[in-house]
Amino acid sequence: MHVTFCVKHVSYSADWEILVDESGKRIKMEDLVFYINEWDDYALEEAVLLKERLGGSVTVVTVGSEEADDTLRKCLARGADRAIRLTDKAFEGSDAYAVAKILHKAVKDLPFDMILTGAQAGDDGYAQVGVVLAELLGIPHTTMVKKIELKEGLARVNRELEGGLEEVVEVKLPAVLAIQTGINEPRYVSIMGIRKAREKEIKVLGLRDLGLKEDEVGESGSWITVEKMFIPPVEKEAEILTGGLDEIAAKVVETLRARGLV
Amino acid sequence: MKEIFVLAEHRRSELRDVTFEMLTKGRELSQKINADLTVVLLGHGVNEFAKRLADHAKRVLIVDDPRLENFNSEAYQRVLSHLIPERKPSLTLIGHTAFGVDLAPRLAAELNVPLATDCIGLDFEGEKLVVFRQVYGGKVNVKASLRKSDSYIVTLRPAAFEIQEVKPLGGEIVEIPSPLTEDITYKKFIEFFEPPAGEVDIAAADIIIAVGRGIKDLDNMPVVKKLAEALGGVLACSRPIVDKGWLPSDRQVGTSGKTVKPKLYIAVGISGASQHVSGMKNADLIIAINKDPKAPIFRTADYGVVEDLFKVVPTLTDRILKERISR
Repeated sequence: MHVTFCVKHVSYSADWEILVDESGKRIKMEDLVFYINEWDDYALEEAVLLKERLGGSVTVVTVGSEEADDTLRKCLARGADRAIRLTDKAFEGSDAYAVAKILHKAVKDLPFDMILTGAQAGDDGYAQVGVVLAELLGIPHTTMVKKIELKEGLARVNRELEGGLEEVVEVKLPAVLAIQTGINEPRYVSIMGIRKAREKEIKVLGLRDLGLKEDEVGESGSWITVEKMFIPPVEKEAEILTGGLDEIAAKVVETLRARGLV
Repeated sequence: MKEIFVLAEHRRSELRDVTFEMLTKGRELSQKINADLTVVLLGHGVNEFAKRLADHAKRVLIVDDPRLENFNSEAYQRVLSHLIPERKPSLTLIGHTAFGVDLAPRLAAELNVPLATDCIGLDFEGEKLVVFRQVYGGKVNVKASLRKSDSYIVTLRPAAFEIQEVKPLGGEIVEIPSPLTEDITYKKFIEFFEPPAGEVDIAAADIIIAVGRGIKDLDNMPVVKKLAEALGGVLACSRPIVDKGWLPSDRQVGTSGKTVKPKLYIAVGISGASQHVSGMKNADLIIAINKDPKAPIFRTADYGVVEDLFKVVPTLTDRILKERISR
């Protein structure tokens, strides 16, 4: 089973305050910590599990700058065999559609039985790349994947629907599967693995290597262009309880008592 | 005549709320650009839906085919990639749901129609379509414009638009012959699967203590468990806790989990992404504890505590226990 896995290096936002820079179109990146996209972390694990069970290889591909090597090395340390980074000044400003076009040129000639992506990215949240990539490759796809079973040229997958419901879908391989979080338990990397990964080569390809034209990528090749970023307007704001710990606890208890909840 | 399409979403013999949310927004936009509002209804034996939807739009285009009985993105794509070029709607609205995310990007790529996904607002500014989206888990909003086109596709976030009732419009129902000529063999719907229910039904609880990513480690779970016990409430959680396997999936609150409406909801270490908030925003009293003062959860909560949960939750638990003993 040869798996190609598309990964994104994103700033990890859950614990941090996110600020908009002076241009009003971008996030202030200086103080942010970058990491493998949360959904991709599970997709990576799924790719490695497939390889361990069935043999074959895992090739990891990303569109990003040199900083994305951190994430590629993590993928190599976790069990990917080779890594490709697609980098070009012309790629800046690409939306999900343009990113899918770039990935398409890089993966179309690789041997693969399956392409895995995360269902979405934690930063821009478009949830498009894998699905558009499948269309460009002319192969089936399915998204929100919570479970994969393989049988004779087919993937039988559980897709997560709303309200705790799932549906079982079969797709013919090769196919693109976009992975939902929680499908497995991503493993930790051993020190040995990290050491070995440092020695592995990361192949870098640009616009011309991929046979792309400038107007196919970046803002001009995108469907959507960011005009403005802003902190959401506050419609309703919680009354913040202040003071020392005891004081805060007393205020909470007072509120609960007033409503007969304690 | 210009047209705006709304793709009806239904599952297991029920029209889903997002359909009516899209109709509300679609109606407003259709008035603005002077277009007809048209529902596109794909399915099998769905005449009752068509009648109901006709009261919300100028017309309902219905394609009835056994191959459309259960959602299959490929079958839907074939029908829509026939209908959209033929009728050239200015805009096609699709729900940003498990169905919509499987369909819209591929459809847009096939037709080369600009697409914006997971939108919480949209408007025509002249010929230009602008959309509003949330990024970074709801911490930042984006205003974006789509590449100029005579047709657009936009997926709308569920529960982001309030449904407005209208006087029945009595739209016409138009049957369109199914353009599907063969079975789709490379992608098949097999069945629905409902994970087995656990022993606790959080949807029935009066008091819920919900824990999120901020708890950091499985070993820390007793911190919130003790608070839940002190209050006689049940423990629930946001998605990351289920993903890590720290609580079973039937304890998850949000779009992909349960919707709850308790008398008291205490959110501990939950940032408040919309997927979570849509499942708990109607609780009577919401108290949020989070160390990030900008966490979106404080826009939903009635009371907020901006503190390290590992300091404030034990203090609060002690205080509640004392309160109980003293009474």
